[in-house]
Amino acid sequence: MIRLVLLALAGLLALAIVAPVSSVQGQAQDQPASLVGLGAQVFAENCSACHGVNGGGKQSPGPVNGVGDQAGFGPSLHGVGAQAADFYLRTGYMPLQNPYDQPRRSRVLFSPRQVRALIAYVASLGPGPPIPRPQPAQGSVSAGMQLFTDHCAGCHQVTAEGGYVPDSVAPPLAPDSPTQIAEAVRIGPNLMPRFSRSLLSDRELNSVIAYVQYTDSPDDRGGWSLGRLGPVPEGLVAWFVAGVVLVGITLTVGRRLA
Amino acid sequence: MRRLGRWIVAVAVWLFARRGEGRDRRGDRERIVPAGPPAPRAELVVAALLLLAALSAAAFIAVYAIDRIPDQTQFLGLSLGLAFAFIAAALIVTGRNLVVTEELDGEYADPQPDEAEKLVQIVEESGSRLSRRRLLGGSAAVAGGALGLALLVPAVSLGPVFDLEPFTRTPWHRGRRLVGDDGRPIAAAAIHQLEFATAFPEHADPEQLGAPVVVIRLAPSALHLPPDRRGWAPEGILAFSKICTHAGCAIALYRAPLFQPVEKPPALVCPCHYSTFDPATGGTVVFGPAGRPLPQLPLEIDADGNLRAAGNFSGPVGPSWWGVRDRKAT
Amino acid sequence: MFEKTARSLDDHTHTAPFGIAALRYIFPDHWSFLLGEIALYAFIVLLGTGTYLALFFDPSTAPTVYHGSYAPLQGAHMSQAYRSALNISLQVKAGLLMRQTHHWAADVFIAAIALHLMRVVFTGAFRRPRQLTYYVGLSILMLALLEGYIGYSMVDDLLSGMGLAIGYGVALSIPVIGANFAALIWGGPFPGTPEFWSRMYIAHVFILPAILATLIGIHLFLVASLHHTQFRGGRATEKRLVGVPAFPGQAPRSLGLMFAVFAALFLLGGLVQINPIWLWGPYHVADGTNGAQPDWYLGWLIGALRLMPGFDITIAGRTVIPNPFWGGVLFPTIVFGSLALWPTVERILSGDRKPHNLLDRPRDAPWRTAFATALLTWVFVIFLAGSADRAYVILGWSYETQIEVYRVLVFVAPVVAFWLAHRICVELLANDRIAERRHQAEAEARAAEHG
Repeated sequence: MIRLVLLALAGLLALAIVAPVSSVQGQAQDQPASLVGLGAQVFAENCSACHGVNGGGKQSPGPVNGVGDQAGFGPSLHGVGAQAADFYLRTGYMPLQNPYDQPRRSRVLFSPRQVRALIAYVASLGPGPPIPRPQPAQGSVSAGMQLFTDHCAGCHQVTAEGGYVPDSVAPPLAPDSPTQIAEAVRIGPNLMPRFSRSLLSDRELNSVIAYVQYTDSPDDRGGWSLGRLGPVPEGLVAWFVAGVVLVGITLTVGRRLA
Repeated sequence: MRRLGRWIVAVAVWLFARRGEGRDRRGDRERIVPAGPPAPRAELVVAALLLLAALSAAAFIAVYAIDRIPDQTQFLGLSLGLAFAFIAAALIVTGRNLVVTEELDGEYADPQPDEAEKLVQIVEESGSRLSRRRLLGGSAAVAGGALGLALLVPAVSLGPVFDLEPFTRTPWHRGRRLVGDDGRPIAAAAIHQLEFATAFPEHADPEQLGAPVVVIRLAPSALHLPPDRRGWAPEGILAFSKICTHAGCAIALYRAPLFQPVEKPPALVCPCHYSTFDPATGGTVVFGPAGRPLPQLPLEIDADGNLRAAGNFSGPVGPSWWGVRDRKAT
Repeated sequence: MFEKTARSLDDHTHTAPFGIAALRYIFPDHWSFLLGEIALYAFIVLLGTGTYLALFFDPSTAPTVYHGSYAPLQGAHMSQAYRSALNISLQVKAGLLMRQTHHWAADVFIAAIALHLMRVVFTGAFRRPRQLTYYVGLSILMLALLEGYIGYSMVDDLLSGMGLAIGYGVALSIPVIGANFAALIWGGPFPGTPEFWSRMYIAHVFILPAILATLIGIHLFLVASLHHTQFRGGRATEKRLVGVPAFPGQAPRSLGLMFAVFAALFLLGGLVQINPIWLWGPYHVADGTNGAQPDWYLGWLIGALRLMPGFDITIAGRTVIPNPFWGGVLFPTIVFGSLALWPTVERILSGDRKPHNLLDRPRDAPWRTAFATALLTWVFVIFLAGSADRAYVILGWSYETQIEVYRVLVFVAPVVAFWLAHRICVELLANDRIAERRHQAEAEARAAEHG
């Protein structure tokens, strides 16, 4: 009896692992020999509609084909390296439903193996930067705060809460891993400018990442931080907390006579 | 032990005993404030609230004194705030239950034109010895006016009110090197497309509106600069004042499209009111409330490959003022 | 014991009759008459906490390098002013409590004045003989805005530094004299001379508080000498004032409200973070952050500045009206100008020059209520427009579209609000009349029954 139960549980577990991946093409019955080969297969079925056969890119909207009836339209991936593939895939920026949309952090639809395969494939499309290995522990939070204020706060807000850039959102940085921050800085995805080693050395990048990590749980003394968004939530509290309470007290105190 | 107990009882009785009613010192004088029935429970409530206030205030002192308490600010605020809150509650209960609420009639005072007349009369009659009122009045006005003006004049020392030359002065001139905020010169090769850097004039105070510039690089084929700015952008490297011409914030946003066909073109944007400037056309305003294009700094690349200014800005830096377009950056 | 004190006081001051009048001074009854008191008590907190802060703050722009306890700012270049504010917030025991309470008190002070002003306008309390009281109150409001702005700008953090630059841009936009005026205040072009900080400091801790305290004193004196207005009902008439005496009736209530205001402000000051300047970092001319906003009472202006289409007015190439003028100068001038001219305009339009001690309910004066509602709506819509970037980030509505929509709403919403408010007032009045007639008919019927 117990063995049956265990078997059923194992079966459910297997299903649970397999199920999320089934929505994505490439759940091939045949196992390609190399990771790059699997990557090519997954790429062909999910990415080439916009990024072109062999990742050459499409500089104008192509004919409707591929998954989801997309008007294929996307940059060439030759030479972007494992760095870009790792970033876009692990944040869920890609695949992108509509090439005109801003890529946003979303659920990763590929399995870990498929992600690795895609990265290997994209890296094979031409010499490009590898996945960075930042060391934020070697950076200095204070140097990072200065660098972040100089280069990043204009879009991402000084405590990395995110902000508005005309026509897109600079996202809050709390969900990003150190690797993803390093990748984004070197790539400059979407409307973000990029910062190469000539402007921001690896050591400085370590400091920036150390600061971003600090902003995940900064020194928040003085009470409830209201999201660190500044005077707008403060004004709301002044009116709707203090104002309501104090006017309420005047209502208690005011009506005196029968 | 029993003596202590008796003392405690004695104090408690003394504290909690209620005074008899109507014990007046003056006997039969007429009451001004009407009498009202006692409210013993309310009295106890008020006493309890005041005691709680005392405890909260004591807690404040304790929190202040004990360094090891974390979140000190919160506990300090909580204890002091509660102390005030308990006193407030005690007073409100007192007001509702422990004092007589009278409804009194009063009168709105009227203006008193007779008294005002008398005032005027006093002043007028005091002038009985004056035969040349116009002369005296006029000279008093002139004296007062002149003295008032004299007393105001030292205010002019507050700033160069009549000399607006400092407003157009910038620390840039031909040959001045661009440096980062670490003081090191910026090489032209360090700036690639899609990147942006903030640069300052070498050996100058960075804390002035005319100092900071943003440096970016566009493909030379994408440039559409005004004809008098030919050569201002060697290799497509452009420098603009970092200070927005709308209200003076630092232009800290650079919109750098990675895949231009689906994204907006490159632009420098100010985070305050989202004035958006197009670097390809020399800093013209494409969105937002700025009324004047962003001043551009002409660049040249020196023998070491570093960036230098090739002159001063295309116009005065910072927010506009009356007649700003008549002036040049100096 | 109290008797001895009272006798001694009268011996030395001869003010017993005044004392009696003060104790029996009559307060008419309504909760909305206490809104001004909230502002007064917040002002007391401002004075107290402000004095404490001034014992620690160093109003100097002299550059310094931070070597204190807060790691992320280690080695940062900043002004002495910012460093002393950091010191108060991070080092001085109870310093952060005092700073935060002071800042909350400023926000609540101005909010209370705004509520009080709305009550005054909607009930017609500004009419003869109280116009002077009204003008004094309006001056208090305007000076309070300036005082708050200077106060949080003195700290020289990134957010308030950006706000000061905008203030400079607005000053510069005044036609003809803008740059000269800015040169006077700042001692030259932005960021100005070190003396500018001395000016802000002395204005904030001495000049403006002294003027505010004097104006508040005059305001209270005028209210007291003319006696407070009252609503209709009961035995109240234009001549007869009905209410509760200061002592013993009103005193515990007002004092209770005072302590409640103190409680609310200190509770906020300890429990809800406000303006965490150590997170913003120091201000530098070349730095900016996304999402910078002024304190709420200046938020109406940022909306106006953002809504304006991008143009400077030039005549034959000469810059005549720079863009920030419309949102930063003309807009608040229209609002405060309308408020200032209100009593006069109402007097002329209504022809009513009689003194009034009885208040209108908002419905009793449909035109006044409609105009006031329209003005409020206009300011509020522009205020909302200042949050359009947040709305994009949170709700995804296109910023450019929002701006276009707000540019239309700015004209349409006040008109709609006017019409709606007027309509509602008229309907309510009609309702009242019907109810009154019904009561009368019922009374007559009852009388006929018994008769």
